[in-house]
Amino acid sequence: MAPMPTRREVATKQRPTTDIVPLRIPSSAPEPVEDPRLSDVDEWGRSEHMRALARQLYEPIYSKWFRVEWEGLEKIPTDGGALLVANHAGAIPSDAPVIMHGVEKELGRPVYGMADYFFRTVPVVGTLWARTGGVSAKPENAYRILHDQRQLALVFPEGTKGPSKSFTDRYQLRRFGRGGFVEIAMRAGVPVIPIAVMGSEEAMPIVFRLPALAKALGLPYFPVTANLLLFGPLGIPIPFPAKFKLRVLDPVTFDVPPDQERYSKSRVMDEAERIRSILQETVYDMLRNRRSVWFG
Amino acid sequence: MGLGTKSPSVHFERAEFVRADQAYSILSRIVTATQVDTIVHTFLVVDSTLVGARALHEINVIGTMNLLAAAGSASSPVRHVVVKSSTLVYGSSEKDPNTFTEDMTRSAPARTRVERSLVEAEGLVHDFAVDNPATVVSLLRFANVLGTDIVTPISKNLSRRLCPSIFGFDPLVQFVEEDDVVRAIEFVTRERIPGLFNAAGAGRLPWSEVVSICGSRLLPLPPINPRRAIAPLIGLGLFEFPDELEGLLRYGRGVDTRRLTDAGFEFRYTSAGAVQSFIRALRLRRGSGRTPASYHYEHDVEQFFRHSRSVVHEP
Repeated sequence: MAPMPTRREVATKQRPTTDIVPLRIPSSAPEPVEDPRLSDVDEWGRSEHMRALARQLYEPIYSKWFRVEWEGLEKIPTDGGALLVANHAGAIPSDAPVIMHGVEKELGRPVYGMADYFFRTVPVVGTLWARTGGVSAKPENAYRILHDQRQLALVFPEGTKGPSKSFTDRYQLRRFGRGGFVEIAMRAGVPVIPIAVMGSEEAMPIVFRLPALAKALGLPYFPVTANLLLFGPLGIPIPFPAKFKLRVLDPVTFDVPPDQERYSKSRVMDEAERIRSILQETVYDMLRNRRSVWFG
Repeated sequence: MGLGTKSPSVHFERAEFVRADQAYSILSRIVTATQVDTIVHTFLVVDSTLVGARALHEINVIGTMNLLAAAGSASSPVRHVVVKSSTLVYGSSEKDPNTFTEDMTRSAPARTRVERSLVEAEGLVHDFAVDNPATVVSLLRFANVLGTDIVTPISKNLSRRLCPSIFGFDPLVQFVEEDDVVRAIEFVTRERIPGLFNAAGAGRLPWSEVVSICGSRLLPLPPINPRRAIAPLIGLGLFEFPDELEGLLRYGRGVDTRRLTDAGFEFRYTSAGAVQSFIRALRLRRGSGRTPASYHYEHDVEQFFRHSRSVVHEP
């Protein structure tokens, strides 16, 4: 601690004894100390090792079960931050793992999947979710990933309203939240890349919901899926083998300076609505050209 | 000059020591009498196992209030106040952002005693800074401290064969080494840097990794009411599980330290390095059977150097 010159000290002017007989004191200059990390878990809780394992397990589902086909994958940048935005569907949505798996496999760069903080509160699930690239959907988190670390983040602006809708509302995109994703992209100065997903609705269609049970269990929604009705409990985690097709749309950039305190709310809402309608139109277009739910 | 309620455990070389509690009148007289220009406030209690609920409030809130009142009197000579606080003020909740910067506030109201008193004490420091614009106020928020000598509930748990965790949760935690704590306080004091700073070692690591670096094993407690599950063992002193640890073992906590490093401070230890430093010191203590010698001020030797005729004084 810095010596505080009290009056007495100034008065006596004592020489430190180290002046009389030199004492070798180690220099206070910081020398790097080794870092004994044992795992590769990053500050988001993502582990590349765990991701590789998850990719290995998911690969058969990705290429054999869903037979995923991409269109326009080259529109996703190979470096720099970008916000991937997609439509969200299916009781336990398969679109998130499909997009994360596909981008990591084809482009070789990590994707942080943003979801409701609810996942953090569930034992085991929360930890596995974090290790495989899940991050809770907070604006501060998105900004840090996109702006400070220049990585890819994936968000579903519909939130839980997307996967909780019944099969009768399939491919009807819900409200895009409050446009927060646009504001974050503006603040971080990164493009929004919309991805239209087809197949997720049929992989796990919701026949009806049990809101009372959901409330009692503290879940966002409690779906009764066709999978459950057909195969019993076995059907809870297993999706139908619907053909997945994904189309990456042109990146949307905003002509505004980054790091502003506030952005025009009307501009933000306009952009969010525009992105929603492009995605909705693209999904309709893909449905028009689809001959079979199972074979594409 | 040092001030505290207990006698110092080591001899001071050049500083003087006054044994006093935090009563306002004493502090005020000391400040006026010595004309101190810098106050370094390091007595905030961040471990609720050390003192009872009342004492915690008395020390953290009332003590800080008295000290700042003494420092802020009309004719005060004080030009710089440094306060050592903790990242506990950010709390630990599922709604937290991954990384707290100094400008962010906690996501949920403070529930544990120690967090409440720290939030209140920091509020007093903030008010003091507003009321005394001529005084430089530096507030440092330190992450959980580990190191060669410090004893905390976490270090006690890590030094045992089994270390409590909450089943299904493996939070990311951040540590700061005790030497870096002292160096950071010294840095802001010497450089007179005003403002609020987070201080923590670089990087963060899962709790399971901390435990395995220390050669301990995880003892998973039930996610619902984990404290009650080991209450008898806490009573026996086999485990430490204060309220403020439960949130940390569930959701962890991360802080951004760029403000302090941009000001020119360099941390010597990473978070994992702090864990390593702690466990190495512990192994040495266990292996050597006595406290390993570090630098200690020897009063008699000092007097010998200073006054003995045998010491050759070079011109």
